[in-house]
Formats: sequence, structure tokens, C-alpha cells
Amino acid sequence: MLDGKPTFATSVPAAGSGDCIVRNAQHVTIRGLSKRFADTTIYENFDLDLPHGKLISVFGPNGCGKSTLINMIAGLFPLDAGEILFDGKPLSEIKFGYVFQNYREALFPWLRAVGNIEYPLKLMGLPRAERLRKVEQLVAHLDVKIDLNLYPYQLSGGQQQLVSIMRALVVEPEILFLDEPFSALDYEMTLFMRAQLQRIFMETATTTVLVSHDLEEAVYLADCILLLSRRPARVADFVHYQAARPRTDRTLSEAEFVRVKAHCLDIFQREVRKR
Amino acid sequence: MKRLAPYLPVVGVVGLLLIWALTVWTRMVDPVLLPSPAATFRAMWTGMTSGKLGLDFVKTVERTIAATAIAAVIAIPLGILLGSSEKLYRSVEFVIDFFRSTPASAMFPLFLVLFGVGDRTKISVAAFGAALVILFNVAYGVMNARKTRILAAKVMGASPLRVLTDVTLLESLPQTFVGMRNGVSLALVIIVVAEMFIGSTDGLGQRVFEAQQLFEMPDMYAAIFAAGALGYGLNLMFLLVERRFVHWSGK
Repeated sequence: MLDGKPTFATSVPAAGSGDCIVRNAQHVTIRGLSKRFADTTIYENFDLDLPHGKLISVFGPNGCGKSTLINMIAGLFPLDAGEILFDGKPLSEIKFGYVFQNYREALFPWLRAVGNIEYPLKLMGLPRAERLRKVEQLVAHLDVKIDLNLYPYQLSGGQQQLVSIMRALVVEPEILFLDEPFSALDYEMTLFMRAQLQRIFMETATTTVLVSHDLEEAVYLADCILLLSRRPARVADFVHYQAARPRTDRTLSEAEFVRVKAHCLDIFQREVRKR
Repeated sequence: MKRLAPYLPVVGVVGLLLIWALTVWTRMVDPVLLPSPAATFRAMWTGMTSGKLGLDFVKTVERTIAATAIAAVIAIPLGILLGSSEKLYRSVEFVIDFFRSTPASAMFPLFLVLFGVGDRTKISVAAFGAALVILFNVAYGVMNARKTRILAAKVMGASPLRVLTDVTLLESLPQTFVGMRNGVSLALVIIVVAEMFIGSTDGLGQRVFEAQQLFEMPDMYAAIFAAGALGYGLNLMFLLVERRFVHWSGK
């Protein structure tokens, strides 16, 4: 706790207010988003702005549409209505990275780790020498210590997910999406990967959207925590958390962290108990 | 105990040979019906090195390989096509399953009418049987390609064609190899049966049948073992190729 004042917005009726937003230029603007699955309305006329160069966690009740939201932003699911723009441009005009929860099924087991990482560059039509140069650059930049000549199934779960993240980063994306990236890992590996992701974020300052089902993780990693309501999802709160980076294990016991997390939990419980 | 593990498969072989030798030695079975292991392997050795058995072996190998190759050339592209569209596959699934369940030997007379007495009939019936097995497996391999992996390629900007060549085809390889192994085994069965009954002058099936007709029991057993070795060898060959090229299978 630095100044004793709460630094998060306590009650935000809709996205667009809250100091997380105000201080930064918008990167992603979502307007009038609607999405239904069969008879269930997941999103109805949903508006949201995501700021530039921030790490944004998305947290909310089970089945509220956390993953659906980033899947729609990343173009994996079609929208029923509405518009999503990135600095005013559609998705097809920007470079982005996406990291799946299930790294085992998202990596290509027939390619070595290096082949996996350079694959998106291959799709872009880059010559081999340049692809390898970019991969080497990324490895040096992130200080990764994995033998990239191994196949994914020869790597540990955490290493595989790190390879997935590198595959997403190698194109130098403007925005990075991660869908519960650490939930299939054991606790030790999760802690390690949180530190890795934080490092990557500090190094690249890429706008990052992280879906998490773990509130501690959602707050610990984030600059902004997007709390969603039960479906049809609304923005329950958009909370600001600005502890200095790198955050460490000690951050978890700081008063500021504890309070932000408690506030998020309050909002979450309120949303869960509705209906 | 661990060091003994590689030798465990030998136990069954030695055990079988011991029981066989004992049966012959105690005259539990008429020695005319069951020759000794030594006599059988002598017949196999001379047959393979200087007799007709070697020639028959080669003939059967040729026919089986030809049938499997024809089956693969037809069934793999067709399987990919059918597997890429679940609707398309569902609409022909019954026909495939029906003919897959039809004993290929029941098709001999039909193929005899179509192709006459000769290699073409044997090879085409075997190819027919093997093709359906391969087709079924390839189509399922393509249909069951991991959705996440395909989505991953799409999200990185891969065109539908790139998704097919870079992901779906590789995803279906393990299942394709299962189909190839089952297909080659079935082709061998059909070829051997065809060699017995469709006016053949050579081939392992003909060899077994002729030896039995002439009551040359050691020769008959020798031909049976040669057919067994062939079946096992073909399966092993595909397994080794699979392990080499589909190293990620089951991992």
C-alpha cells in the first residue's frame, strides 16, 4: 500500500469509465456485441474498451463467457452482431497471437519445438533464414533455456506451454490472447510460468488479454481486471491494480494486493449469488 | 529379472517346439499327419533355397504388395476426401460398412466373371477388401483430427488448403497406418485363399493346397509357416515405417 487510497475503480456501470481506461489510449473497442449459443444468450449489446500496452485479466463466474469473449475478439468464433476493432482496424489487418489452454493439442507434435515456433512465420511466407533469425532473437530476448530441437512430447508441460507462447510471440503481435494458459499445469510450474509471462510482458509491453479461473493469478499478473457478470455477460467491474513490476511472492501478501483481490472477490460473489 | 525381459518372447517359441517334439516323440498323433519339427524345418529350408516354395513365397509377396498398393492409391485420397466432410462420409458410411462386413471371399465368383482366371482377379479382390479397410481408417483419421490443432493453424492465418496439408493430413497419419496394417493383413488372407481355389499354379496358398493333396505333410507345414512369417513380416515392416515417420503416434 503506497498512499492508503484505493486505486481501483469501485463501481463502474459500463466500460469506458474507470481510471484503467482513462489514462491509456484504447486498443480494442467492442461495440454492440451479441452472441448466442442455441437458446442461451452469452452477450447482448456488449460494449468494452481495452487499453493499450496493459495486461488485462478476464475473470468471472463459470460459464459466463470469459473464453468466448477472447475467442470472439481473436476471431475463433463469429459474432452474431456487433463490431470489434483494433486501433480502428479489423482483425484481418493486425498481427495477433493466441495461446490455447490445452498446449498438448495446440502444438504440432510432428514438428520440433523450433518448427512449431517458426510455423506462423512460414505461413507469412518468410524465407527459412529469416524465420530462424527471428526465433533466435526471441529466444535470446526471453532468455529461454529449452532445447528447441526436441519434439513437444519430449518437453514438460510448462516447457510446451512456453513454446506455445513463443509461437504466439514470434510474429511480434500487437495483441496477445491467452485462454487459461496455466490451468493444466501443476502449482510449481504455474508459479514459474506466471513469472515467465510477467517477464515477457515487461520485455515486450504487448497488450495482453488473459482469461483466468484463478483470482489470485488474475490480480497478480494484471494491470486491469475485467470482472464479468453471469450471462448475459456485463462488465461487473473493471478494476485497476498498479503494483510495481516485477511482482514477486511478497506481492501476494502486500495490503494493496490483498485489498484488490478482496474487492474482486466481493464483486464475484455478488454476481454468483444473483439469481 | 529386467535383463531377461528381451528373451521372454523366446519362451513361447521354445515351449511350442518342445510340446510339438514331445507329441511326435510319444506318437500321440499319427506321424504322417504331424511330422517332427526337424523334418518340417528341413522341408522349409530346402523349399526356400532350392525348391518351389521360395518361388511361391515371392509370388504371394508380389500379389499382396500389388493389391495393397492399388488399395492405398485409391483409398487414401478418397478417405481424405470423405473424411474432410462429415456429411459426405455419413452419406456413404452405410455402403462402406456393408461391403467392409461382406466377406471378400464371397466376391470371388463376381470378380472371376469380371477379370477371368488369373492374377487380375486375385489382386483385385484383395485390393477391394483392403481398400475398404484403409478408406474407413483414413476417413476416421481425418474426421478425428484434433479440433484445437486445426483451430490453432487457422488462428495463425492458415488457409483451408494449408490446414489440410499442414495439420489434418499429418493428424490422420497414425490412423492411416492402422488402416494400412489391417489392409495388408487382409490382402494376404484373400490372396492366399484365392491361390488355393482360383486355378493357380503358384503362390503359397497353392503350395499348401497341393502339398496337402499329395500328402507331403512336411512341405505343407513348411508352406504354412512361410505364410505366417510373411504375414508377421509385413505387419512388422509397416510398424517400423510407422515408428520412423509417425514418431509422435500415441504420445
